[in-house]
Amino acid sequence: MNRKEEIAMLEAKAKEMRRLIIEMISRAGSGHPGGSLSSTDLITALFFAVLRHDPKNPKWPDRDRFHMSKGHCCPLWYALLAESGYFSKDKLMTLRQFGSMLQGHPDSRTPGIESASGSLGQGLSVALGMSLAAKIDKKDYRVYVLMGDGEIQEGNIWEAAMAAAHYKCDNLCAILDYNGFQIDGATRDIMNLEPLVSKWQAFGWHTIEIDGHNMEEILKAYKKACKIKEKPSIIIAHTVKGKGVSFMENTVEFHGRAPTAEETRKALKELE
Amino acid sequence: MEQLYQRDVYGKTLVELGKADKDIVVLDADLSSSTRTGLFAKEFPERFFNFGVAEQNMMATAAGLAVSGKTVFLSTFAIFASGRAWDQVRNSVCYNNANVKIVATHAGISVGPDGASHQALEDLALMRAIPNIKIIVPCDGEQTAEAVKAAAQTKGPFYIRLGRPKVPTLMNKGIFELGKAQTLTQGDDITIIACGIMVSEALKAVEILLGKGVKARLINMHTLRPLDEEIILKAARETRGIVVCEEHAIAGGLASAVDEVVAENYPTRVMRIGIRNRFGQSGDPQDLLKEYNLASSDIEKSAVLCLKNCR
Repeated sequence: MNRKEEIAMLEAKAKEMRRLIIEMISRAGSGHPGGSLSSTDLITALFFAVLRHDPKNPKWPDRDRFHMSKGHCCPLWYALLAESGYFSKDKLMTLRQFGSMLQGHPDSRTPGIESASGSLGQGLSVALGMSLAAKIDKKDYRVYVLMGDGEIQEGNIWEAAMAAAHYKCDNLCAILDYNGFQIDGATRDIMNLEPLVSKWQAFGWHTIEIDGHNMEEILKAYKKACKIKEKPSIIIAHTVKGKGVSFMENTVEFHGRAPTAEETRKALKELE
Repeated sequence: MEQLYQRDVYGKTLVELGKADKDIVVLDADLSSSTRTGLFAKEFPERFFNFGVAEQNMMATAAGLAVSGKTVFLSTFAIFASGRAWDQVRNSVCYNNANVKIVATHAGISVGPDGASHQALEDLALMRAIPNIKIIVPCDGEQTAEAVKAAAQTKGPFYIRLGRPKVPTLMNKGIFELGKAQTLTQGDDITIIACGIMVSEALKAVEILLGKGVKARLINMHTLRPLDEEIILKAARETRGIVVCEEHAIAGGLASAVDEVVAENYPTRVMRIGIRNRFGQSGDPQDLLKEYNLASSDIEKSAVLCLKNCR
């Protein structure tokens, strides 16, 4: 597969993931489409072009780790795990149902999920723990963690940021889904995050700023992050909340509500 | 009687465990000299991480290390381990059933001069409310070593509560088994159930009671979870009342645990020696025990009152 073909493959996968996200949340009747859709391109690329893993052997000791710190966007995680072959795709439609292995927020009952999340701000620390374990064991696996922009208002994130730089965790790559919205409104109005890039740099991180919907830029960013030594990297990805569904884009309305039957039909049509 | 710091024993035990098991990792948050994890740090610097004054990060990082195959011991003062990082204990450690051993030092009123901000009187309540986590309150130095070893050998989260001051090593406790309380004195008049440093205080009360012709059964309830319900119910049936002693608020700790068991199975009069809706304050531990009615004389009075009013 050449670069062009790879990007076409990833774009097609991303579209498929978006369809699954809409279908799952619609079927469940609740969930968080906005942030799932904004991080779809970033994490689809990670799963199908970057991550070293074996869905048939989820506990392979040398696997790269992925952790979704913004656990409310788990429909994306579940869709990616099913598409990768960790479990069958028909399970996806049990999201949030009683007895389902796909909980409303992720936990370790789901094959391929390393750690629970949902209470925001803890995932970067969990990833840091995985990164330190690799260092102790002298293993070369990498650790990736997805964070939301509203999430980094949590103080725990900055404690972890300080520690990851202190321990020179160059096997750790954070991905920030900077879609600019949180439940109560735009991040700049609720609790301004700027200046964001210099903040992470000041904490000792290597920063890579990209368009989080451009596959070419996404792939380059992951590649670049692998080469950074002696410090952790963060990909600060500018994204569009609700990306891919016109009426969900750049609005907080679909942060945490399921589409109606009519909205689902419209959304899926746009994602054909 | 031999007097030991539980923390000293903890630090030495960690080093011992670390020699035998390369997967043991130790974390601290800028208190390694007080908690004695510094001993491990000196011996195994590559397996020790200091996180500075940042307990929340330490707790969630511990979960990440544990899900990657490590047996993690982490320490800070009880007030910070249980209070400051509670959400991380709940969501990252216990919900994951992660192999993290929280060894919290400087618990209770006996912290002394540091005062209320540093005296954890709520930690057992906070931990007891979370599923999965096992809870041990060792009564002395010797038992601290046993508790730490048991935690290392048993998968899953633990909360081990240690004090700041030296405590006397109690004789003839018998073997230590997780979840099995120890009967230190036999008696059929009344039962005293205690944990931590209150066990030695209770032992003194037993002596005073004996002088008055009251035979008290003293139970060292070193494990709060899994709780030895059998020994509590046996005491409820065989003696005329129970006095529970803990260096903790009367809400949510050992007294509550005992109350819950007897109320549900064999309603029995239970008197509570603990801190009643108050914060602590600075002072010498012995003075504080008296001020907060935790001294052996208070236990004795409570036992007599219990017997007087019983059915």
